[in-house]
Amino acid sequence: MMPPVQAPAVKPPESASGKNLASASSASAKPSNAQRASADQANFGPAMVVQGLHKSYGEQKVLNGLNLKVGSGQTVAVLGRSGTGKSVLLRLIVGLQKPDAGTIQIQGQEITSANLEELNEIRKNMGFLFQHAALYDSLTVEENVAFPLRRHTEMTAAQRSERVQELLASVGMEADLQKMPSDISGGMQKRVGLARALVLEPGILLLDEPTAGLDPITSGEIDELILKLQEEREVASIVVTHDLHSAKVIADRIVLLHEGNAVIEGTYEELEKSTDEFVAEFFKRDS
Amino acid sequence: MSFHANIPRRYTTDDLPQPSVAIRSAASALWNSLNSLLEWFGELGMFIWQVMRSTFRRPFEGLELIRQLDEVGSKSLPMVAMAGAAIGAVLALESRHSLIQFGAKSLLPAAVVFSIIHETGPVITALVVCGRVGAGIGAELGSMKVTEQIDAIEASGVNAYKLLAFTRIVACILMMPLLTLAADFCGIITGWLANTLAEPIAFHKFIHAGFAGTGFSDFLAPTFRTMVFGLIIGVIACFQGMRSQGGTEGVGRSATSAVVLSSLFVMLADVILVKLILVFFP
Repeated sequence: MMPPVQAPAVKPPESASGKNLASASSASAKPSNAQRASADQANFGPAMVVQGLHKSYGEQKVLNGLNLKVGSGQTVAVLGRSGTGKSVLLRLIVGLQKPDAGTIQIQGQEITSANLEELNEIRKNMGFLFQHAALYDSLTVEENVAFPLRRHTEMTAAQRSERVQELLASVGMEADLQKMPSDISGGMQKRVGLARALVLEPGILLLDEPTAGLDPITSGEIDELILKLQEEREVASIVVTHDLHSAKVIADRIVLLHEGNAVIEGTYEELEKSTDEFVAEFFKRDS
Repeated sequence: MSFHANIPRRYTTDDLPQPSVAIRSAASALWNSLNSLLEWFGELGMFIWQVMRSTFRRPFEGLELIRQLDEVGSKSLPMVAMAGAAIGAVLALESRHSLIQFGAKSLLPAAVVFSIIHETGPVITALVVCGRVGAGIGAELGSMKVTEQIDAIEASGVNAYKLLAFTRIVACILMMPLLTLAADFCGIITGWLANTLAEPIAFHKFIHAGFAGTGFSDFLAPTFRTMVFGLIIGVIACFQGMRSQGGTEGVGRSATSAVVLSSLFVMLADVILVKLILVFFP
């Protein structure tokens, strides 16, 4: 295990052109969360710190010096046009890909230089919901959710089953335990994926479009579940989404990506009032 | 409108491809092919290193290994047995005619047994396993790769190389000698049956004559050679599957390349191993 590293202070995000467009303050939207998060940060340091992150695929620059900091109990929604590197950011944070440059610290541990064994230890405290759920298609719904428990805990089969049923009930999937992933809809797969991401009670949650493809009622239930996790277990979350309403409900802060960098960071209300042309255009469709 | 507008232009030497351009283009294509080949071998080396690193670390994935032993072994058995049986019968029928011509009919049991144990049994088993297991592994892992299931395994803190690749490779290594024995057995039985249909001979006489000049080394080395074939099939199929990309088309490519490449490497390895066996077990 690597020694914890003191997280350095992060500069305010800058646009791709290097110009500050807006500064962050999460005080107005959800004061209780924000106050608690800042108190946690003061006590324990941020849960995730991303600094100067660069990632390119061939000639295409996807991330261009991105900075991001998420405290314990905070939820940060990452918005942006398709192809701006939102999902890539999550894959870099969980260590599925290596950045070209920059650092990523998870609860004080640098993951870009960690070997596979160290990385796997860090990943046990992270829950990841993939954009298309990525359920194991040879396992039933129950076995999918139980997979991390079987691998990383000493629970008995009865204890595992109880935990899995409890989680599946929380996402409204308790009646489909024995179904195969191919027998349930995309939205249902997403809910099972969320249950699998939460099963080890991770301190960090990375959600790639958790409400995409879901009906409004289920989307609302997922949002409530994320809020509940924030309140009860102080999970630090990054939520990549195109759903502005969901971002408004669950996020303490919103980061808007453009051309590989954060052009603006703040609460939903702050971003909504922004006079920046790109930000205004982005939020226009929601108004 | 110009009067000359419809008159076809005469071609000059400027219109012909310039030799330097053609050579540059050919050299560039050759370089790209060479580069891709070296890149493939480099990635294969890294893949083997990752699997080897995970070999001696816990957990040892016993349950998954048992599942793969069943998948590679018992589910391949009917096809391998049928292929072995067909080869045994064909060998007996074809050899009989030639041996009668040379007045060496009594050598038929030895010819069938020797041929099956030494070469046909191991190679036919390997090629059948390349087709059934290689394609299966390539398609399964390829599908898992393009649907992010392998990423999901890694994201949950589990070593995918160990869970998916190591278990399949070990299953191929362990099952190949057993499948080869089954193919050999079926081949010898059908060889006797084919011979008996033409000219009845007692089974024990056929076996006695067949194994008369065969020592333990004749039997051991070719059978265990198939462990190397199993290693090749497992490594190539897992590697091609786990590097799959490009949706369903990519999965198809992975399955096909797993079969083609593993068959090719098995045949190359066969030539080298036969030479080595002849050197060490003359």
